[in-house]
Amino acid sequence: MGEAARMERADAELIAGVLNGDTPSFEPLVVKYSPRVFATARRYARRESEVEDIVQEVWSKAFQKLSSFRGEAPFEHWLMRLAVRTCYDFLREHQRNRETSFTELSEPENDWLDRFVAAPESASDEAAAARELIERVLAMLSPQARLVITLLEIEDRPVKEIAELTGWSVPLVKVRAFRARAEMRKCLQRIAREKYL
Amino acid sequence: MLSVVWPTVADMNLDELQKKLLAAARKNPPGDLVPYAFEQRIMARLARAPRLDEWTAWVRPLWYGAGVCVAVAVFMSVWSFEPDADQDLAAYFSQDIEQTILASDDAEILW
Repeated sequence: MGEAARMERADAELIAGVLNGDTPSFEPLVVKYSPRVFATARRYARRESEVEDIVQEVWSKAFQKLSSFRGEAPFEHWLMRLAVRTCYDFLREHQRNRETSFTELSEPENDWLDRFVAAPESASDEAAAARELIERVLAMLSPQARLVITLLEIEDRPVKEIAELTGWSVPLVKVRAFRARAEMRKCLQRIAREKYL
Repeated sequence: MLSVVWPTVADMNLDELQKKLLAAARKNPPGDLVPYAFEQRIMARLARAPRLDEWTAWVRPLWYGAGVCVAVAVFMSVWSFEPDADQDLAAYFSQDIEQTILASDDAEILW
């Protein structure tokens, strides 16, 4: 029996235990999959308190909806769907707090952009300033655009998988990806305008 | 004489910038560190929260549905008891039709 199959069986036994009223069987699942859920939540929330709230929400939902898990796909896939949708709900709830007003670029961000304009190849994509800038751009995007850009461009997931994760149809994911790229471009234009005009 | 040329928005290759920034995000995936004893916190929270069984999940929407049905029933009964001007009009209209159709009979009697 392969490692994956053995893990799935172990998960299935734990899930059956929880469904039969043995709540402590849920704890090993939390221990095993929390790192992945935390990594996902940190893509969408900056503050650690918000990340913890999202992960808690994911596990509460997982516990309450566990009876709807049919076991056709691995538990991890089902849980990640739940995690992505909870993150999307979080983004929509905090849409008003989005960085709609432009705040001044920090000195390292300014320097990085200057270097990029002078010679694009000299601006390293490993620099902390580049990370700060992409965080800033993502924070300016709408929830839909941020979700699609993260899943498609940053996590490099195929469109079909994104459709399964989000519950959107494949054509809808493509349309939203097109709009998200355009929205991101507008944000970059805005940053460039604010910097050089 | 040395002249300084300031870059403009047009100088910025936005496609390249987009690619660079996305590459930066790809190269720096978020950490998967879990806070200490986080699982205990989750288990304590689950123990505190009331378990939502299947019956409870069904009963709540059914109560909402029952409320809506009662409201519709009350509205319909009030509406049906209210004297309606349209109803009187309908009565006159049916009388008019009857007179028109039976007009020929009345004429025969007169002759």
